[in-house]
Amino acid sequence: MTSLFEEVPPSTSSNDGVPVRRVEVRINGETRAADVEPRLLLAHLLRNGFRLTGTHTGCDTTNCGACTVLFDGQPVKSCTMFAVQADGHEVTTVEGLATASELHPIQEGFKDEHGLQCGFCTPGMMLSAKALLDENPDPTEDEVRWALSGNLCRCTGYQNIVKAVLWAAEKLRESDGSGS
Amino acid sequence: MYPSRFDYQAPSTVEEAIALLSAADGEAKVLAGGQSLIPMMKLRFASPKTLVDINNIPGLDYHRADADGTYRIGALCRHADLEKSSTLAAHQPTVAAAAPLVADPIVRTRGTFVGSVCHADPQGDWASVMVALDGRIVAQGPGGRQRTIPVKEFVAGPFQTVLATDELAVEAVIPAVAGTRAGGYLKLERRVGDFATAGVAVALELVGDVVRQAGIGLTGVGAATISADDAAAALVNTTLDPDSVENAARLAAEVSRPRSDHRGSADYKRHVVATFVRRILADVKRVHPEAA
Repeated sequence: MTSLFEEVPPSTSSNDGVPVRRVEVRINGETRAADVEPRLLLAHLLRNGFRLTGTHTGCDTTNCGACTVLFDGQPVKSCTMFAVQADGHEVTTVEGLATASELHPIQEGFKDEHGLQCGFCTPGMMLSAKALLDENPDPTEDEVRWALSGNLCRCTGYQNIVKAVLWAAEKLRESDGSGS
Repeated sequence: MYPSRFDYQAPSTVEEAIALLSAADGEAKVLAGGQSLIPMMKLRFASPKTLVDINNIPGLDYHRADADGTYRIGALCRHADLEKSSTLAAHQPTVAAAAPLVADPIVRTRGTFVGSVCHADPQGDWASVMVALDGRIVAQGPGGRQRTIPVKEFVAGPFQTVLATDELAVEAVIPAVAGTRAGGYLKLERRVGDFATAGVAVALELVGDVVRQAGIGLTGVGAATISADDAAAALVNTTLDPDSVENAARLAAEVSRPRSDHRGSADYKRHVVATFVRRILADVKRVHPEAA
C-alpha cells in the first residue's frame, strides 16, 4: 500500500509518481510542512503525518465529531477536510491545549467533573468547548449543550461533560479577572 | 475511506474557477464547504477528476441586504455566519430560523448556504427556505455571463441542478418585498445532525395586519422539496385568522407525500407538518401583534 503523504524533506511526487503538494500548516503554534497527495484527509495528516494522535477518527462519515480540531479558531471535522486545504492556516489539536506544566482549564474540568469515561470523544468535545468559551465566556447550560451537539459520546456521559465545560468557563473567568 | 485521486485546483478568482470548470468538461466538482461533497467522495458516490476549491477566492463570504431590501448570500457564506448574525433576523426571519437547525454546529462552521442548495439533497433545509422565499441562484459562466435562476427551476431532481458544467453558483438572492418579512422554520429531527423527520419553512410578506404574499416549503416529506402552493395561497389576503391558519395547516399536510420509515409513519409526519404550520404562524402573530 502506498502512502498518501510523504514526510518532509520535500519531493515533487510520491514514490509511485502521484503528484503531491507542499503544505505548511501552523499547528499548535508551530509551523510544520508536509508533501501530501490532495486526497489526504486533514485528520490523517495530523495523526499519521505529524503523529498528533490526540485527534481521533471515529465514524469517518462526518457524524460523530471525534476528529474535531480548530481551524483558524473554528471547530471543524478533520475527517471532512483535505489536508491540502489547511495550507497557510492555523490548526489547534488537543495537544495544543495544555502547556508543558499545566493542563488547560477545560482539561482540568473534564478531570474534576468526571467528564470522560472511555475518552474517545474527549478531544473533540474539548475543542468544541474551547471554541464556545473563546466566543462566549459565560455560557448557560443550554448554550453548552447546543455547542457540543455535534460531538457524540457513545458512553452517553453528557451530563458530566456539560458540567466540565461549565466548570472550565467559571475557572477561565476567574483567572481572567485576577490576571487583569 | 479515501476518495479516488483527483487533480486539486485552488483558484483565487471566480473567473479562474470558471475557466477550470470549462477546461474539465463536466469532470469537475466545486469544493466550497465540502460537508456533503467530501463524505460523498469518500464513499465514492462522487469521483470528480478535478476538484475546484473556491475557498481561496476572496469576497464571496458575505450576506447582506441591498438598499431596496434584496438579500444576497455569497457562495462562501457559511451556515454559522447566518446563525451568528445579529442583523439577519430583522431582514430574513425564515433564514434566521433555519440557520441553527442545519446539520450540527461543527458542520455549520464549514458548510455553505449556496453549496447546500447546489447539492440539491431532497432532504436539505435550505431548499425549503428558498422555495418559500421564491429565492434565486445567480450562476456565472465564461466571459462574465450571468443568469439568475429561480430555485424551483434550479433544482432539476435529487442531487441535480440545471447549472451548466462551466457555471459557478456565485450567489443566492432573496427578492425584496414592499411590506415586512415574517415567517419561520421548524424541523423535527431525532437527534442533531440527522435528516429531518419533517421540516416546514413559512415566508410571509405582511402589510399592516394583512398577508400580501406567502410561501411554504416542506422538507423530508416527499421525494423532493415540496412547495405547498395551495397552503400558502390560503394565507394570502388574510389576517392569519384561525380559520385561514387551520386551512393552510390542513392543505400543507395534504400536499405532503411522506413515507413511513424508521423516523415515523406517514400519518405522523403529515401531522407534524400541520402542527409546524400552526406553530410558525402563531409565532408570527406573537412577533407581529398588529397582524390579527
